[in-house]
Amino acid sequence: MAQARGERLQRWLVGGPPSAFLVVFFLVPALIMVIASVRYPGEFGGLAPLVPAAPGEEGGLTIENYRVFFSDRIYFEIFLKSFGVAALTTLICLALAYPLALLIARSPKRHRDLMVLLCVLPFASNFLVRVYAWMIMLGPFDLLFSKFAVLAAMVYVHLPFMILPLYTNLEKHDPTLLDAAQDLGASGWARFWRVTFPLSLPGVFAGSALVFIPVLGMFAIPEILGGIGDWLVGNMIKESFLGVRDWPFGSMLSLMLTVCVLAIAGLAAWLARGSVARA
Amino acid sequence: MPLLELRNVTRRFGALTAVDEVSLSVEAGEFFTLLGPSGCGKTTLLRMIAGFDLPDAGAILLDGRDIADTPPEKRPIHTVFQSYALFPHMTVAQNVAFPLKMAGKTPAETAGRVKEALAEVHLEEKGGQYPHELSGGQKQRVALARALVNRPRLLLLDEPLGALDAKLRVEMQIELIELQRDVGITFVFVTHAQPEALALSHRIAVMNAGRIEQLDEPSRLYGFPKNRFVANFIGKCNMLDAAVVDIGPAGLRLAARGLGELAAPAVEGARAGEPGVFAIRPEQVRIQAPDAPPGLENHFTGKVRDFLYVGDVTTYVVELANGTRIEALLANSAPGRARFFDVGEPVRVAWRGDAGVFLRD
Repeated sequence: MAQARGERLQRWLVGGPPSAFLVVFFLVPALIMVIASVRYPGEFGGLAPLVPAAPGEEGGLTIENYRVFFSDRIYFEIFLKSFGVAALTTLICLALAYPLALLIARSPKRHRDLMVLLCVLPFASNFLVRVYAWMIMLGPFDLLFSKFAVLAAMVYVHLPFMILPLYTNLEKHDPTLLDAAQDLGASGWARFWRVTFPLSLPGVFAGSALVFIPVLGMFAIPEILGGIGDWLVGNMIKESFLGVRDWPFGSMLSLMLTVCVLAIAGLAAWLARGSVARA
Repeated sequence: MPLLELRNVTRRFGALTAVDEVSLSVEAGEFFTLLGPSGCGKTTLLRMIAGFDLPDAGAILLDGRDIADTPPEKRPIHTVFQSYALFPHMTVAQNVAFPLKMAGKTPAETAGRVKEALAEVHLEEKGGQYPHELSGGQKQRVALARALVNRPRLLLLDEPLGALDAKLRVEMQIELIELQRDVGITFVFVTHAQPEALALSHRIAVMNAGRIEQLDEPSRLYGFPKNRFVANFIGKCNMLDAAVVDIGPAGLRLAARGLGELAAPAVEGARAGEPGVFAIRPEQVRIQAPDAPPGLENHFTGKVRDFLYVGDVTTYVVELANGTRIEALLANSAPGRARFFDVGEPVRVAWRGDAGVFLRD
């Protein structure tokens, strides 16, 4: 009895603080955002009071923001473009990171840590500094303020987030499985597609999520390196809050983005449930 | 022509010679075993036959043809790995189908062959399960089915029973013998466990430090070891330092150091005065009360030093006058009696004049 109580206390001590942190800094803000999205904007940012201060002023709740979102094609198009950029960035990262992760995973053990360190070394300098560095690099080639510039920087910034989960997965593979596949008649190509790749799917999914989701919300890179036509959802949200100071509209956009991401993540989890459970 | 022939195969890793001028041949349909302590080179030899490693010198011939240039995936040789190496993301049926798919068989043929192969190892019901849902013995059988499904010319088994518990091991040994007889495929089996080798093999190559010490049938290896290493490695053996005194028509007269003379079977090429060691198995040694009529040609007195009761037999350790310890096996065929002699009791050990073997140094 006393022991059970002790265990319960221990569980609370261990699980309590992180849970409290998430409630205060994730759940509560998310709820505030939901409520903000159905209110009127204040005059200089913020929110209008629930009860109108003077007759004729706006107050209370409204679904006007959602009406605008669903009636104007531009939002749909910009969402579509953002998801396109995120998907393309994820694919390019995957194509670049996979061979590298495989190379590291199959290198002698004593070299691996150094190689991983080199992959995360860019994090040692500030993200904005690195994006401005791209400006300096691309300027002379007349590639600045273009789709290419945005994509190149997106890939560059997010590549380590793809390499690390892939490497962590590939490093655990049992090399005897490849021997067995070869012994049973599989060529190098068949060994990769039938053994290595399927077993690495959990790493592929983890890396893809770590790249796809941050790219969706990214506004700094399109703002610094892209032209006005390269704006993404992130830029719209940022502009709603800091530019036109329409907090409710920005909240609505954020919420719609979250809903889309959750829908995609749910779909991916549903599609991948078999392979991840097994590997 | 032998199915597999190794000619002076040598493999070096830096200063270490893992396999040293090994020559042997394996006949079609044979259950051949490479037996030796860990590090004796048997696994290196197996990897070279499979194609994962290449000899530095010498040749490996399959059906009379050198296979040095044939990569593992092209050799009609399959391996059962010690860790089984089942593909965790494939079902049992998909695992067994793998080599057929790689060989480009049609789905219809593949399905039929997978079914047959699973039936051969009594796993018809498990086709839809994943490896992690199986027990050790079942995984072992899947690995066997997968390696045998497209009928290789040669099956290599790398300590396949090493991960199983003792009881399951014996069961799998019997299954292996039956399976090999049924499919008629040549097996080359690698193990460090000598009882396993004796039970399973038609012929055994005993390896030590990269060389073959003796290559023979199990009963001949056990009964007539060629040297100290083989005598010690295969089963238990009592050793008495001895020298040849006289060569008679019936056999040898030996002088055992500190004990006196004893009779031993003739050894080809033995010369008088030659030193060596007399080796005799514990089950050939009788243990008697010191005052019993001797009856047997060779007998020495000593004291019971220790005994080990294991159920069916009791092993006595008897210390002789010169300090040598001799083990004698006594069958416990009289029910209810664990032993007949006490520690410290004076006893006599005796054996026939045609038992044991003299090993020249």
